[in-house]
Amino acid sequence: MDEAVIQVRGLVNRFGKAVIHDGLDIDLMRGEVLGVVGASGSGKSVLLRSIVGLQRPSAGTVTVLPGAGRARWGVMFQDGALFSALTVRENVEVPLKMQGNLTAALRRALADLKLAMVGLPAKAGGLYPSDLSGGMRKRAGLARALALDPEILLLDEPTAGLDPIAASEFDTLITTLQRAMGLSVFLVTHDLDTLHATCDRIAVLAQRRVLVTGTMAQMRDETDPWVHSYFHGPRAHAALVE
Amino acid sequence: MVQHIAALQSGLGKARVMDLSGVTALDTAGAWLILSTARRNGARLIGASPVHEVLLQAVQAVLPPEARPPRTPRHIEMIERVNRLGRATAAGLAGLAQITGFFGQVVACLGLTMLRPWRLRLTSTVFQMQQVGLNAVPIVALMSFLIGIVIAYQGADQLRQFGAEVYVVDLISISVLRELGVLLTAIIVAGRSASAFTAAIGSMKMREEVDAMRTLGLDPIEVLVLPRVLALLLMLPVLGLIADLAGLLGGMLMAWFELGISPGMYRTRLLDVDVSHFVVGLVKAPFFAVIIGVIGCFQGMRVQGNAESLGQLTSRAVVQAIFMVILADATFSIFFAAAGL
Repeated sequence: MDEAVIQVRGLVNRFGKAVIHDGLDIDLMRGEVLGVVGASGSGKSVLLRSIVGLQRPSAGTVTVLPGAGRARWGVMFQDGALFSALTVRENVEVPLKMQGNLTAALRRALADLKLAMVGLPAKAGGLYPSDLSGGMRKRAGLARALALDPEILLLDEPTAGLDPIAASEFDTLITTLQRAMGLSVFLVTHDLDTLHATCDRIAVLAQRRVLVTGTMAQMRDETDPWVHSYFHGPRAHAALVE
Repeated sequence: MVQHIAALQSGLGKARVMDLSGVTALDTAGAWLILSTARRNGARLIGASPVHEVLLQAVQAVLPPEARPPRTPRHIEMIERVNRLGRATAAGLAGLAQITGFFGQVVACLGLTMLRPWRLRLTSTVFQMQQVGLNAVPIVALMSFLIGIVIAYQGADQLRQFGAEVYVVDLISISVLRELGVLLTAIIVAGRSASAFTAAIGSMKMREEVDAMRTLGLDPIEVLVLPRVLALLLMLPVLGLIADLAGLLGGMLMAWFELGISPGMYRTRLLDVDVSHFVVGLVKAPFFAVIIGVIGCFQGMRVQGNAESLGQLTSRAVVQAIFMVILADATFSIFFAAAGL
């Protein structure tokens, strides 16, 4: 647990005059699930984009698993970001195709397995993304992110828009995969149930940096007003009643 | 890797018990291979480490049924072809019905807007007029200017053999004013604006903006389609006029340099040409405008949720608009010939 697979140091992101991040440090340790929370517009998605290299930071460094290529992480975007011209199964096959040495039948079998693992019915594989509901698109996006069994999984609001049953199934899935494969998960979320059920550590983004990091229990003892109201609001109580 | 898997599968073919105690690393693909092989042979798994056991159970829980090789449907080739032809014909007829319906909606909307002129989206219309009209002036003028030069040059060559150089003025003016000026303008505008209409409306359709409009009580025909069609209706005749002027100018320069016909003489000959040619040319412009505008907007409204359909329909809009413009031009020619113009 003491090896960082993602290391962000002194990250600065500026859009014109708006400063999103100013000297942000964050670590994702091997085998942990790190929940990232923060108010809307606090730069959670920008942080994720910086880590995967879609956003060139104004300053600072991002080190991901020294020596790792693209195949070793999987990214799931907020609305799935599926390729609209491909069926769901073909979407999952895209990363498999890049491996180059799998037969079509094997690719298909593995894609079907991944779709089943994220809880999509078998017939969904032949549908196009525009035929799916928002929740199913998210699952398909996760299946594509998982296609190559990555070491690091970066998820942007994976449970937003899912019904509570699907959301908790999703939490279980993350936990199972994470335990079985030693996945490290970078999880941007607002879902307190997900934070509670899956995350080893939680990082709070506020005031352009990571304000505090710690376990759920530590978060509840935090005195910062924003953090306090986040983890002690009416929704937080509901989430923690067990 | 494929070879490895094939070797593994054949090696595992007879196994009744699979000992996983030697497995050091396992991913979902590996778990799938082990489990599907075990299922096929009815083999038992032993010796999996606790970590791998979790993964195996997770995969086992969702293991899809054995994929049967898809049966190739046996059809008789000829029947299949007839089938395709029928389908395409039916789709074509349905499309024709749809676009007629759409045209009707636009006309109805135009009629309503005439009764209530304050409902017209003036800002949008003026903006579209700039997009489809003003911004197209340079390309339309240049194209027509060059066409004027080409006709003068080619015509001069032929007419010189008969010593009838001076008739090059009639050749240029009649061909540019009657046909080429407006027709080529319409073709360029179809390429520029029909595609722009389809892409703009189509991407709004894709992001459900059109549906959002409907729920807000806005009529997409009134808000999106009418300003575009109206802008074309107003601007295409103007562009046609500019094209006519540029074509005559190009022809004049070429006649001057190549045949020594002075601008003064060119003007005198030009004034002898019947004005009906100019009228016949320009009267077609509004019809072309409606064809281009309606086809561009119609294809945009047909865009579905995926990015591919946007591209397909954009190119279809351009091809269809150009084809229909030329078809309309041919129809006009027959009509004018019958009317003796």
